[in-house]
Amino acid sequence: MLSIAGLTKRYSGKHAAQSEPALSGVDLIVPKGQLMALIGPSGAGKSTLIRCVNRLVEPTMGRIVLDGQEVTGTGRTVLRHARRRMGMIFQEYALIERLTVMENVLSGRLGYVGFFASWSRRFPRADIAEAFRLLDRVGLKGMEDKRADELSGGQRQRVGICRALIQNPALLLVDEPTASLDPKTSRQIMRLLVELCAERDLAAIVNIHDVALAQMFVPRIVGLRAGRVVFDGPPDALTPETLTSIYGEEDWSATIRPVEDDADE
Amino acid sequence: MSETWSPPPAIRNPWLRYGLYLGAAVYLSLALGTLHLNWARLAEGLDRGWAFVSAFGHPDISKHWREIWEGFVESLTMTVVATALGILISLPVGLGAARNLAPMPLYLLCRGIVAISRTFPEIIVAILFVKMFGFGPLAGVATLAFATIGFMAKLLAEDIEDIDPRQVEAIRATGAGPFQVLNYAVQPQVMARFIGLSVYRLDINFRESAVIGIVGAGGIGATLNTSFERYEFDTAAAILLTIIGIVMATEYFSSVVRERLR
Repeated sequence: MLSIAGLTKRYSGKHAAQSEPALSGVDLIVPKGQLMALIGPSGAGKSTLIRCVNRLVEPTMGRIVLDGQEVTGTGRTVLRHARRRMGMIFQEYALIERLTVMENVLSGRLGYVGFFASWSRRFPRADIAEAFRLLDRVGLKGMEDKRADELSGGQRQRVGICRALIQNPALLLVDEPTASLDPKTSRQIMRLLVELCAERDLAAIVNIHDVALAQMFVPRIVGLRAGRVVFDGPPDALTPETLTSIYGEEDWSATIRPVEDDADE
Repeated sequence: MSETWSPPPAIRNPWLRYGLYLGAAVYLSLALGTLHLNWARLAEGLDRGWAFVSAFGHPDISKHWREIWEGFVESLTMTVVATALGILISLPVGLGAARNLAPMPLYLLCRGIVAISRTFPEIIVAILFVKMFGFGPLAGVATLAFATIGFMAKLLAEDIEDIDPRQVEAIRATGAGPFQVLNYAVQPQVMARFIGLSVYRLDINFRESAVIGIVGAGGIGATLNTSFERYEFDTAAAILLTIIGIVMATEYFSSVVRERLR
């Protein structure tokens, strides 16, 4: 279980003192195994929020605890151990382009192996076996020796998912997983994420722009506006009024209409 | 309606414009006056210059075969040793000089090393090292290694500053340590270009080794200098032609290597 309490982030910079903080006093509890979508306009703080959870961005104030382990206010070693329990998936995949698919997947184990073992690419047998299993599971069997830059967008995101899962995480932090993908691939990737989280009883925070896609796949939606939580509820509780409170005035009738899921995969 | 047009002058104020023209003309004529052109001496030198140029028609490599061979072997040895040494030292300096990796004090120190290494031309550094280590290839190796550090470290640092930060973020997010981040997220992004630059520097160092030999830092430059002092232009021509051949060969080799690394 992840608990976030009073999370505030103020970026330092020229006008930092006057400007609004990126996040102010965010409280959230994500129970074990829950898939949560984070929606909100650009600049609302979605990306900052998930980066504060694994402290890629250092929070200004607040407390983050994952499965009883403090994430905030700890030293480098404890932080690294906490990061192992949080897999991260990125908008533009953030794979190491010049490394092979297998090296990219195994890089998810870097927190567990020593420098020389990782430098010489001698990972434990169990890790390699798990990497093969995961690649098979996401439909990339036989692709292990391809270079990451040879893959299509959907395939790259699948490698990104394997890299996150091989960490054996308790929580996935997912930053706009489908923003660089076409609608069909987006749905396939979302469906895969949902299935994998269910198989492994994983909690996940998914930043997503596509409200309809979020409604289709995710049981809980949190709306963020200007760094504050303004909505927290199931997808069918999203009304034109709540969307207006998150994004501002707009005609929302087309957005909320249930989207038909295309079955051809 | 007017039908003529000419582009506006670069300097709009006519006083300033013509003043600058006049000033430049006066300065040039005065400067030319201080050169003390001696036409008789120039005519005499033209003969000697022609003797040197015409020697390229009949280069003679056989008369001082041993000296030439030893000179080239020494130059190549200097080049390879100095390049390897320089690259080895440039690695930590380059990492430290990358603003996105290094903390401020380390960054300033490494940028300082780069600046010092790049400020002094090889020939000046060579004169200094010849005074320190005496004539010979040791001074040459020190000079070329010194120049290589600045060159490689600066280009490595700039490549590192241009890497995709998202890949670094992704590796940090796995709980990797700082050296693992370097090995997995930074090295793959800069390695190919670094190898290409190393090969390029190897061929620069060979060319430079011929130049610094003239001030006493060993190698083929020293042999070349001796032949000039003896007015053996046919030997000098042979040496220069060989240098040109080797430089062209290494340049071709380095371009092939860089092409294949893409």
